[in-house]
Amino acid sequence: MNKIAVMGSPDTVMGFKALGLETVPVREPEEARRLFKQMTRPDQPDQYAIIYLEENLAEPLAEEIDRFKDSPIPAVILIPGKDGSLGLGLSALETAVERAVGVNIL
Amino acid sequence: MPKSAVTPTRMVLNQLKGRLRTASRGHKLLKDKRDEEMRQFMDIVRRNKALREKVDQGLTEAFAAMSMASAVMSPEMLEQSLLYVRQKVDLGVSYKNIMSVNVPVYDFKTQASDLTGQLPYGFAQTSGELDDAISKLYQVFEDMLELAQVEKTMQLLAEDIEKTRRRVNALEYVMIPELEENIRYISMKLEENESSTKVRLMKVKEMVLQDAHHYQQ
Repeated sequence: MNKIAVMGSPDTVMGFKALGLETVPVREPEEARRLFKQMTRPDQPDQYAIIYLEENLAEPLAEEIDRFKDSPIPAVILIPGKDGSLGLGLSALETAVERAVGVNIL
Repeated sequence: MPKSAVTPTRMVLNQLKGRLRTASRGHKLLKDKRDEEMRQFMDIVRRNKALREKVDQGLTEAFAAMSMASAVMSPEMLEQSLLYVRQKVDLGVSYKNIMSVNVPVYDFKTQASDLTGQLPYGFAQTSGELDDAISKLYQVFEDMLELAQVEKTMQLLAEDIEKTRRRVNALEYVMIPELEENIRYISMKLEENESSTKVRLMKVKEMVLQDAHHYQQ
């Protein structure tokens, strides 16, 4: 069985705990990077299939996220934080479209 | 002149012709693959965009409800009520093959099906806002799962399309023109050799005839 995790600021992830998801509250990007590395280690018995990541962590973790672009597991999905959406999820979509098609058609 | 050194022999010519045939067939196949991938990709991108917008909006609403809940309840109380989780989510991952790209398909099971079963706390000491926030979050969560699947599919497909497109272009603009160039070069060279041999033979014949019979044309 695979696991789902939500990583973000404590306020953001709090609600997801009630849904039965594993929550990883982080306060600093450095901490986030360390935990993210730990979570994506391949030698664990239960792999994380989906990691929801708060948008403001996307930039400091960009390198880590890019490593999993080609592998089907885990899917790193950006979600807006408590303070509203930064639109990073959509812009990631546009970047992918641009890569595949050559132009931004959205 | 061809860029790479090729020996202008009939054997090399045959080899090159074979390679050109394979390259053209590969080019056609890859082009078809790219077109089909692109078609699927467009569908997925549209779905992804719609879902993304829905999730962004839904989460913003859910977080707003959550802030309401944390405003009316003390932080300790809130934390305590979410401390013991009753709900458990199991996620199974299987794979689907889209144009030889393996994409994940999620299948998830929750233990409790109705909202009261999901809530990890009693109603006595918590506010209604918290129930509201969690039920909103729960609704968004289903979209979030689908989003994860669609977005990953989109990423993997984008990756593969890029690869396929490069291959198609490499074949179309580098490999095939180069092979054609080489073939042209060799066949011209062979023709040239042939005509020079012919001329030489005629010349020799003339000289031999002249030698034997003092024959003059």
